[in-house]
Amino acid sequence: MAPISRGFRGRRRTDVDPSRVPPGQYVVNDFPVLSAGPTPNIRLDGWSFTIDGAVDERRSWGWEELLALPSETVTVDIHCVTKWSKLGTAWTGVSLDVLLEDVETSAEYVTARSEGGYTSNLPLADVTDGQAWIAYRFDGEALEPEHGGPARLLVPHLYFWKSAKWIRGLTLMDEDEPGFWESLGYHNYGDPWREQRYWSD
Amino acid sequence: MGTVTEVREETPRARTIVLDVPEWPDHLAGQHVDVRLTAADGYQAQRSYSIASPPGEAGLALTVERIDDGEVSPYLADELRVGDSFELRGPIGGYFTWQVHDGGPLLLVAGGSGLVPLMAMVRHRRREASEVDTRLLLSVGSWNDALYQAELAETPRQGVACRYTLTRHWDAHWAGWTRRVDAEMLGAVGPGPEDRPLIFVCGPTPFVEHVADLFVALGHEAGRVRTERFGPTGG
Repeated sequence: MAPISRGFRGRRRTDVDPSRVPPGQYVVNDFPVLSAGPTPNIRLDGWSFTIDGAVDERRSWGWEELLALPSETVTVDIHCVTKWSKLGTAWTGVSLDVLLEDVETSAEYVTARSEGGYTSNLPLADVTDGQAWIAYRFDGEALEPEHGGPARLLVPHLYFWKSAKWIRGLTLMDEDEPGFWESLGYHNYGDPWREQRYWSD
Repeated sequence: MGTVTEVREETPRARTIVLDVPEWPDHLAGQHVDVRLTAADGYQAQRSYSIASPPGEAGLALTVERIDDGEVSPYLADELRVGDSFELRGPIGGYFTWQVHDGGPLLLVAGGSGLVPLMAMVRHRRREASEVDTRLLLSVGSWNDALYQAELAETPRQGVACRYTLTRHWDAHWAGWTRRVDAEMLGAVGPGPEDRPLIFVCGPTPFVEHVADLFVALGHEAGRVRTERFGPTGG
């Protein structure tokens, strides 16, 4: 039993379904921004998304090629390790199942790579079977740079830092390798429902 | 658990809470803690707050600015008293940090209460008697919102150049800047990109986006600009 904070009552929200809010999270209506540095200014000519690493053959898509792939619009809840959750967010993008369809690999992990060198690591099994997308639209609009535009990884069942902004590729890995925040004290897997925020969780 | 040993009013909207935290593993300047409060019926709320005190100092200091429609900050800023205790975890965050051996020059830009983690860096520098070239630019709505005024008034003697811009209210005697941070202001604060300063920017999201963009446009390497954003969300 946690110690009572004298005089604290809190302010429960009555307009949200508590079963959609992981432990320790609170629901916001706006869309906060978290990044380690400046927002990059990314040009679409010359942009590409590349799958490399432990693969039979490296694959790469330019911006127009990505847009030409079959897309999906999904409505999902997102959970940031800094404790805000945003419910019912609508994203449009390409499922990683489409991008990984013809990729032969023995790898069990991926490292998501972003413009500017940011990385995040995930099990391959967490980005397949309809669990992850390369998203380029949010709420029907082009994804804004501060939220990861032109395109970001979307893996809504893990804390949102795993959904790397400004995504440029995935490297398939035989061995798991901690990414940027995972090397700086944040949990290697990051399941919000098990409140895996930090190394010791 | 942390137990409140002292409360200091900093501005009409912000106060510093000094805590005794048994077995605190010590922290780096720039890190934060997670605070968890529990109501009598078991309801809990968690938020993050930056640490204001430098590593190695007895008493862990948090400075909390009240967000009127917030859930946790009004409790910490108004209700909490000496002798109260609450759960906290930390230190957290390993990127927005500065240690003396990281060197400089050090260029710190704060919007409002974004000063808190930067103040931990200024205090760490002083505590370690570092002579790293350090510049601090603070953007606040009015002089009443400026944290740690007396302490910052002493920093020029310690080699920290501290400048202010007031963006909403100022009186006729105010001789400092009175506008939003712009490229000319950052140029006047210096050091320029040729000196490759290590830059820390902290404040509300629009402020941080704006200032970080200015630094990149001025020619600073993006990898030397570290940011921490405070959302007004829910605080």
